[in-house]
Amino acid sequence: MSAAPLVEISHVAKSYRRGVQIVPVLTDITLEIGEGDFIALMGPSGSGKSTLLNLIAGIDRPDSGELRVDGLDITRLPEAALAEWRAANVGFIFQFYNLMPVLTAFENIELPLVLTHLTRRERRERVGLALEMVSLADRMHHYPSELSGGQQQRVAIARALITDPTLIVADEPTGDLDRASAEEVLSMMQRLNMELGKTIIMVTHDAHAAGAAKAIVHLEKGELIDGKFR
Amino acid sequence: MYLLKLIARNALRHKLRTILTVVGLTIAVLAYGLLNTVVDAWYAGAAAASNARLVTRNAISLVFPLPLSYESRIRGVDGVTLVARSNWFGGIYREPKNFFAQFAVSDNYLDLYPELVLPAQQRSDYLRDRKGCLVGRQLANQFGFKVGDVIPIKGTIYPGTWEFVVRGILDGRDETTITRQLLFHWEFLNETVRKKTPRQADQVGVYVFGVSNPDDAAAISRSVDSVFKNSLAETLTETEQAFQLGFVAMSNQIIAAIRVVSYVVIVIIMAVMANAMAMSARERTVEYATLKALGFGPAFLALLVFGESIAICAIGGSLGILATPPAASLFKQATGGVFPIFNVSVETIELQAACTLAIGLAAAIVPALHAARVRIVEGLRAIG
Repeated sequence: MSAAPLVEISHVAKSYRRGVQIVPVLTDITLEIGEGDFIALMGPSGSGKSTLLNLIAGIDRPDSGELRVDGLDITRLPEAALAEWRAANVGFIFQFYNLMPVLTAFENIELPLVLTHLTRRERRERVGLALEMVSLADRMHHYPSELSGGQQQRVAIARALITDPTLIVADEPTGDLDRASAEEVLSMMQRLNMELGKTIIMVTHDAHAAGAAKAIVHLEKGELIDGKFR
Repeated sequence: MYLLKLIARNALRHKLRTILTVVGLTIAVLAYGLLNTVVDAWYAGAAAASNARLVTRNAISLVFPLPLSYESRIRGVDGVTLVARSNWFGGIYREPKNFFAQFAVSDNYLDLYPELVLPAQQRSDYLRDRKGCLVGRQLANQFGFKVGDVIPIKGTIYPGTWEFVVRGILDGRDETTITRQLLFHWEFLNETVRKKTPRQADQVGVYVFGVSNPDDAAAISRSVDSVFKNSLAETLTETEQAFQLGFVAMSNQIIAAIRVVSYVVIVIIMAVMANAMAMSARERTVEYATLKALGFGPAFLALLVFGESIAICAIGGSLGILATPPAASLFKQATGGVFPIFNVSVETIELQAACTLAIGLAAAIVPALHAARVRIVEGLRAIG
């Protein structure tokens, strides 16, 4: 681990109910992720990597164990406080971009800022910078349906970093992209990590994509197998 | 601001679906308004009737007349100011479909109805002509009657074809006054009947009379009826309004059916709107989950759904409300004057607006709950 732990996962377990059956997804996971890390979570389907990402991002809750982010045990936060915490601390990048189809690229990036106290002018300035960063200033008025997959994912990346979050979580960010677009997105994520010092946790199936990360964590059948850090 | 932008764009997202829903709402709100106006029109006669005029009829049934001799005895009751006679004539002008009311009335009848306005010259012409008649403005407009015209009426109660000369046109004091009647001389009717069927002579359908103080109407009614207690023709006296409502009551079931249909229309469009909103909410599950992941709360999502539903309903409802007065005008023309007063009341417009709001709110309840309760992890996995 390269720095002081930003994410501390201690004996976390999670299971799902499928009818009368309880299916364990994560078993006794203990892991630390340092500030400024870029971690790739890898493992076969059903290994629990997306579940672990969801728990870290605060969109799901563990059955047991502790999960601290920047010292705060997010498992104990009530729903409304957790939503506020997510808005301020987590940037999301999804496999299928999850942009609002009725909003332009500019408005999609601006969306998380609606929950802040920034003025309209401040919001516009920030969105302008983010658009420059993902090289989409000329497409700001385009709707998602008018953009390619790679461009949509770049809009999603801009949306993820617009609130200057502590943590960026990405679930298969290149899973729906062609090779060239995937390379573009990965290099952009590397820039976020290297130049802006963002802590990134990325779930991926793709070994090549995982290669962009500083460290790879393997999960299998809900257990941590090993961690390879660079 | 952002919320409004999202609401507006979501509402226009599936243009065809939104247009069809708006059209449905417009038609439903319009139909509700028209049906409500039909019910109002049904009561219009009673609403225009006065509480200061009393009507005395045969206690057994309106079908049975009262003797002419009752007039002076009614006039003798304390509080009675003026007594007029009125007989329902029930004739046919050319064809049965050209139905309108014809009354044989005593010459003082108009003194009891200040809301029927007649120029002095026309009144004096009418009083001079035994065969003269007065027609209401609405009736005159419908059939093109003008002063000097001869109107042939085929009697159903009083046999033969009767010819009346129009001597005056009755105008209403205001738009609530029904002017769709023909009045002629009671004496002319009585004289003719005496010649043809003497047993039908000197019979009065109803007595209409004024009272010095409308607050005493109930007491005066009782006094009049007590005068004729245990007589051959006992009487029933009531206010003109109650008398008119008695006619309306005969069609209570029709009115109830119209009311039920108007509510059914609203319930149907509510179901259609709820279905449209539910479809939209289901399709947007991933978006709701994404918004929640980004930190938006359940209240924001519920507002999105309620806002969209109310916006669509507001457009459809407004169009329906705006279309009601011209549609009512066309309806009035198409029904050939069956409803002499067919005005869309303020109350009807308020009810239409209230129904529109109720549809918007009710249709959004379930989809809003769905949006607010969506679990992020499950929502992100959903297929839109």
